[in-house]
Amino acid sequence: MAKSEIDEATVRRIAHLARVKVTAEEAKSLQRELNGILSWVEELNAIPTDGVEPLTSVGGAKLHMREDVVTDGNKPAAVLKNAPKSEDGFFLVPKVIE
Amino acid sequence: MADTRKENLIDGATGPWEVIVGMEVHAQVLSNAKLFSGASAAFGGEPNSHVSLVDAAMPGMLPVINVECVKQAIRTGLGLKAQINRRSVFDRKNYFYPDLPQGYQISQFKFPIVGEGVVTVDLKEYSFDVGIERLHLEQDAGKSLHDQDPDHSYVDLNRSGVALMEIVSKPDIRSSEEAKAYITKLRTILRYLGTCDGNMEEGSLRADVNVSVRKLGAPLGTRCEIKNVNSIRFIGQAIEYEARRQIDVIEDGGTIKQETRLFDAKSGKTRPMRSKEEAHDYRYFPDPDLLPLEVSEAFVEDLKKVLPELPDEKRARFMSEYALSAYDAGVLILDRASADFYETVAKGRDPKLAANWMMGDFFAALNKTGKDITESPISAAQLGELIDLISSDVISGRIAKEVFEIMLDKGGTPGAIVEERGLKQVTDTGAIEKVVDEIIAANPKQVEQVQTKPKTLGWFVGQVMRATGGKANPDAVNALLRQKLQVPEEV
Repeated sequence: MAKSEIDEATVRRIAHLARVKVTAEEAKSLQRELNGILSWVEELNAIPTDGVEPLTSVGGAKLHMREDVVTDGNKPAAVLKNAPKSEDGFFLVPKVIE
Repeated sequence: MADTRKENLIDGATGPWEVIVGMEVHAQVLSNAKLFSGASAAFGGEPNSHVSLVDAAMPGMLPVINVECVKQAIRTGLGLKAQINRRSVFDRKNYFYPDLPQGYQISQFKFPIVGEGVVTVDLKEYSFDVGIERLHLEQDAGKSLHDQDPDHSYVDLNRSGVALMEIVSKPDIRSSEEAKAYITKLRTILRYLGTCDGNMEEGSLRADVNVSVRKLGAPLGTRCEIKNVNSIRFIGQAIEYEARRQIDVIEDGGTIKQETRLFDAKSGKTRPMRSKEEAHDYRYFPDPDLLPLEVSEAFVEDLKKVLPELPDEKRARFMSEYALSAYDAGVLILDRASADFYETVAKGRDPKLAANWMMGDFFAALNKTGKDITESPISAAQLGELIDLISSDVISGRIAKEVFEIMLDKGGTPGAIVEERGLKQVTDTGAIEKVVDEIIAANPKQVEQVQTKPKTLGWFVGQVMRATGGKANPDAVNALLRQKLQVPEEV
């Protein structure tokens, strides 16, 4: 469907926002694939949904809430375990300039 | 939109300008645990010690909302006289930054928990209303340190996931003074409610300030957003600078570009952020890990029932119950501890005298010693006792000030101080009369003068007070002098 056709610039923009490096070739094939997915999903537009509330849960489940009690934390070693670099309990990341 | 208030206009080369301000205030929710995890929300701590695997965004970890944070947001909404939305939705606000491990912030976009409300702000000369657009719940990010190492930034996730309330005002503010008064009032309300400690140094309260200028009656100008201003004084400075900058740009024939700016406290100026940093496209969408937040009417009603007395209500009560002026009542209710202190002092005593003592010598003493009222060296009971001694004519107002200084320096109760130092007022007319006679006899010149200049009677009063070490009852001294010198009562 033409109305949601996405161009290569949009593909590049999405890639940039997601911080994914994409070559020119990959961008072309991604464009094709994304348009394929969108036109497939747009088949849903054929169904009349006027006045139908969006479905947020299948089983009528309610948002579960926790009490305000500290039950977690105090495990900096575990938190940092997978960090490529850490020092003095901090994560070390490539310098971010303000 | 609020009316123009002429006293706030800024003069430009081409005539007066009106400055329009709206604020987005981030207030950290007072809670034990974080918004979606069981880690501690306390300030400080060793780096990454108040962090659960949820806050570190480890794969597969799921958020579970803290009911107290929901209650705090609703309490705040009630305090802002706002619409409480019994159904609200959490969305993901997507952006990349190293102190945001999820790659998105869980926030509320289309359906916030609190809708429109209002804050009434009092200045000395007038009052005005600031409309509240909305209040929503969201997660705080972690903290990055950039000056530890030439090649790396250090990241601490202790703040990551702590609950924030973003309180968005309408553009109803018309000057830096109004902006400062608004955030002060908002902070007072939050502190009364106990929903945020309002500590700006620790970052529990910070503001993004939207500023634009326009000619009177013109449509709204293009606005600039000044990010993350973290003190009341800086908010004022940032607005002053930014309004003047915009006026100068326009009057020089330029146009204002909508942009995000930073306030530099050292120079007192604002400067644009790099354009790269503001290339925002947050791609909000409902967080699939969280169902909509639904609360019952009873849930809201239960919170409403136990809401504390709010600043506006307390002020109105102080005016009617203690016959205080709007200004005095406003000063006394500024923080809850002062209001409670005042009520203890005023109970069963002259409320105006109690207010004068608190707002005069007492607040001055706290200021001088840099102490908060909760750590005051003089208790409410002691100040009350001092006022009792004045009211029952045991000591004069002048001696009371002396006793107050002693209480401040050395401690002790006023009764004991007066007793020990023999500061009791002399009300025995015979004893005072003796001194009065002596002074009249010794100063014939002044006696002659007072016949034509009745105002010089004050000199005699001073002499008698000095001779009695300030302990003579001033009323008795006055009466005796008038009688003996034949100076009639002033009308």
